[in-house]
Amino acid sequence: MSAAPALKTTPLNSIHRSLGAKMVDFGGWDMPVQYTGIINEHQAVRRAVGVFDVSHMGEIEIHGPEAAKLADFATTNAVHKLKIGQAQYSGLLYAHGGFVDDILVHKVAEDHYFLCVNAANQEKDFEHIRSLNRFDARVDFSSDRYAQLAVQGPKARDTVQKLTPVDLAAIRYYWFADGEVCAAPARIARTGYTGEDGFEIYVAPAHAARIWNEVLKVGAEFGIKPCGLGARNTLRLEAGMALYGHEIDASISPLEAGCEWIVKFDKGDFVGREALLRQKEKGIKRKLAGFEMRGRGIGRDGYEVLVSGSPAGWVTSGSPSPTLNRNIGFCYLPAQHAQPGKAIRIMIRNQPVDAVTVETPFYKRAK
Amino acid sequence: MYPDNFRYTKEHEWVLVEEDTGTIGITDHAQQELGDIVYVDLPKVGVHVELGKSLGSVESVKAVSDIYAPLSGEVTEINKLLAEAPEKLNQDPHGEAWLVKIHLSAPAEIQNLMSAAEYQTYIGAEK
Repeated sequence: MSAAPALKTTPLNSIHRSLGAKMVDFGGWDMPVQYTGIINEHQAVRRAVGVFDVSHMGEIEIHGPEAAKLADFATTNAVHKLKIGQAQYSGLLYAHGGFVDDILVHKVAEDHYFLCVNAANQEKDFEHIRSLNRFDARVDFSSDRYAQLAVQGPKARDTVQKLTPVDLAAIRYYWFADGEVCAAPARIARTGYTGEDGFEIYVAPAHAARIWNEVLKVGAEFGIKPCGLGARNTLRLEAGMALYGHEIDASISPLEAGCEWIVKFDKGDFVGREALLRQKEKGIKRKLAGFEMRGRGIGRDGYEVLVSGSPAGWVTSGSPSPTLNRNIGFCYLPAQHAQPGKAIRIMIRNQPVDAVTVETPFYKRAK
Repeated sequence: MYPDNFRYTKEHEWVLVEEDTGTIGITDHAQQELGDIVYVDLPKVGVHVELGKSLGSVESVKAVSDIYAPLSGEVTEINKLLAEAPEKLNQDPHGEAWLVKIHLSAPAEIQNLMSAAEYQTYIGAEK
């Protein structure tokens, strides 16, 4: 007999419950999937503002004179090109070119990098980076020191600005500032996973509940809503962003996942570089493609994809798109079929249903 | 919340038996658990459905779930409203958004189902 291990909780767990959230086990974390409804929360973020508890995300910090060298060796993007206060999306790869994780790298100081990583991967990522550390650098597992709130939507800036003296307009997309939110020390990054403008705020866990409540209070005039992982998923899907365990995993390379832009071959050696160069030389066999359903149904994670009647790939994510009012998703296809405009079929409960590959992102906000 | 004249299953369907006809739906608890419903797939009229076997499915933004027949019988009517307006299932699961009516082939099966009070205890709902 073995008891299921207790789920991990964020500092906001009891608040989610008091707000009536539906809680789910998300990679070992007890997290809110929705409060009032996924579509409703999704639309709040597209039209006004929503706040997400993403404290389950992991944080890893690299310190030391050779922190940049370790970060550049461990990740695919060009760490040495970051300015202090700048963030970048990047990949953490195995030597064979598959993803350990997809991450955000923030340059805090010349000798200090702050990594935000996926919740379910954090211990694995930490061990992985530590195993690569033959530099004059120290790798710290810092997840316990941070809670994270994501405030997202066209009214995110107006909302957060009421709680901080930091001039948020001066923080550009994918930059961050260290300052205070509700008088608590905070790292405020203009990043997000929704396709809208917004901020991801890192604070000490002890301050998280107070800041969450304040965000909801000052956002009320804009119609702010607490949003769960359900809306987070539909928002990121519309915005064409990958989710670890779906579009990317240990068997998938950045070239296959359509994120060659985060791979900087010319930056010098990094883990996975040789494998990716070989893939590039030979040509990749499969490629991620966006699709839209033409027939009735939703192609979901794991469903088989047919090209000319034969099995050719699989769906990685699929959902109704609340913004576009269509059913959308991502799938892997043989590279020669992965261009937009290709007629495909998706096996939905033993029935082939028509779909077509399309350009991604599915949704782009008006600038 | 849960009508006393309905009977309930552990899979969160309800059935209202009137003479030899059973009207079948999913419970308010089920619709809450599913979230925003986007498709409802129902059997055709004339199909025989069997106690405990899938008679169709309900799809929400997040996932697809089977609907299990609470009693056996032949489908005599399906609720056409749900093809056009699946969201009705979130709004009125015990009323307007019933799923199918069946002609019961084994009415005694109803003994296996829960009363409203038993169902509420089962889901831990407050009265």
